[in-house]
Amino acid sequence: MWFEAWEGNRARSGDLLQTLLGDSRRIFANHFFVKADAYFHSGYYPTIFDNREAFETPHMAEDAGAVASNNQGDENGFLGKPRDWIDAFSRQFYPSIHTHLDEGGAQGHTASSGDLGDNSEVREILPWLRLSAELDPNSIRTYTVTAYWLRRQMGKVAEAEQFLRDGLRENPGSYEILFELGRIFDENHHDADRARNLWELALRNWQKVELTKPDPDNFLFLQIVSHLAMLEEREGNFHQALAYMELWKAHSMQPAKVQGRIDAVRQKISSAKSLSLEHPQPPNPIPE
Amino acid sequence: MKNIFAVSSIVIKELYRRKDFYVLFILTVLICLVMASVNIFNDKGVIRYLKEICLLLVWIASLVIAITTTARQIPAERENRTLFPLLAKPLTRTELLLGKFLGCWLASGLTLLCFYVFFGLLAGSREHHWPVVNYLQAGTLHWVMLGVVIAMTLLGSLVFAAPSSNATICFVIATGILIMGRHLNKVALHLPEPRRGILYSIYYAIPHFELFDMRDLIVHNWPPIAWQVCGLATLYALAYAAVFLIAACVVFRRRALN
Repeated sequence: MWFEAWEGNRARSGDLLQTLLGDSRRIFANHFFVKADAYFHSGYYPTIFDNREAFETPHMAEDAGAVASNNQGDENGFLGKPRDWIDAFSRQFYPSIHTHLDEGGAQGHTASSGDLGDNSEVREILPWLRLSAELDPNSIRTYTVTAYWLRRQMGKVAEAEQFLRDGLRENPGSYEILFELGRIFDENHHDADRARNLWELALRNWQKVELTKPDPDNFLFLQIVSHLAMLEEREGNFHQALAYMELWKAHSMQPAKVQGRIDAVRQKISSAKSLSLEHPQPPNPIPE
Repeated sequence: MKNIFAVSSIVIKELYRRKDFYVLFILTVLICLVMASVNIFNDKGVIRYLKEICLLLVWIASLVIAITTTARQIPAERENRTLFPLLAKPLTRTELLLGKFLGCWLASGLTLLCFYVFFGLLAGSREHHWPVVNYLQAGTLHWVMLGVVIAMTLLGSLVFAAPSSNATICFVIATGILIMGRHLNKVALHLPEPRRGILYSIYYAIPHFELFDMRDLIVHNWPPIAWQVCGLATLYALAYAAVFLIAACVVFRRRALN
């Protein structure tokens, strides 16, 4: 039909939600992403009428290392002092203490023994993250945050990998998703080669996308480069590790610490050289 | 008291004869069971989203049942011309009103019992534990809040022209207070006088229904609140219910029945 060629025509998609809601589903997607963070805090969360300075960046995303933090102020006291007796009395009826689900949540906070409780309670944020991803498949942080909590706290590595692959299908070439995929192969599958390939691809894609911008995303760049550097150091590729560390140091907020790592790697290189001089490797035996 | 209980028993019987409760209950059960069947990353332990959805449906259903049941009590008696024979018996207008209030309140209580039992079974099926004290507190405070809503609706049924308009207005007021009641003082702080004064007056005058909303504490497994706090909240609700009932009695006594 003639209207089906229009840009943004909803009839193009077979997805019921997309046809019903159109682009407004992205507003709902962000709402449910924030709801997941509210669940991460066991319901203790600022409304639009409260001071949200300490919650600009969702804490579950910040803890996942998916985004840089823009939070300021006191996360424990956004409610402030009670303004009247009704305000003071009402705080008994809703969560008014700051907790994180991965630190025990409401139960861990109140356990007299100091037991942090079951960390797998983080599972409770997953339905809202899943819904957010379905409503806005182009929101990359939803995939990376979900994958992080799936594999780190829930031990669901296969599900995390599949979810990231779904995200990559919707967002081809996304360096954030490639980086997170690389972390799965490095930290969970212990497959250094595939992790390296993914991180190198992520770095290339970052350079293609971000270097053209006036304000590139240095946070993810540092993540990628630092992980590559540590991987190469672990694998014994010290020269490659040094190259990545130099890149890391150039953009780091703490260059002195990175320099410390560079010095340690250089020390390893010189130790390896002196070891090979002291104990030269015998020539390979001539086959008979 | 016998007269009051007699009137209230009729209201309770009306609840289980009409289909309102059954429709809403079955709808709630169906929606919750469908939501429970969703596969969330192959994890069978996820429950809080389900608890929140179930409790939201319970609150909506209970408000609808309480308000619609109450809103039609006096107008129905007037339309069916049973009001005159009723008051011809040794039954005062005050006793009739109190009987209607008690009947609607007890009927709402029975409704809540069914809903909370279902909620407890649903939550317990995944969590494998039943925080009975928490559920008891939440259910009791919810029921007490509905008492205030019912008293308010009863007053509305004597003031507004039709049950539909009364029900709509009461539903909007109740929902508005539940959503915004807690935040009116924060909004007022940013307003200049005299709007600040007006908003603060409204803030102190309205019955704060959100005080009885323990959903977040239940969903996120917070410990139960202190019983003294529950008691104070109950007294607060009873005071407001008394105010609305007294106002309703005064209006009803002065109103011509035809």
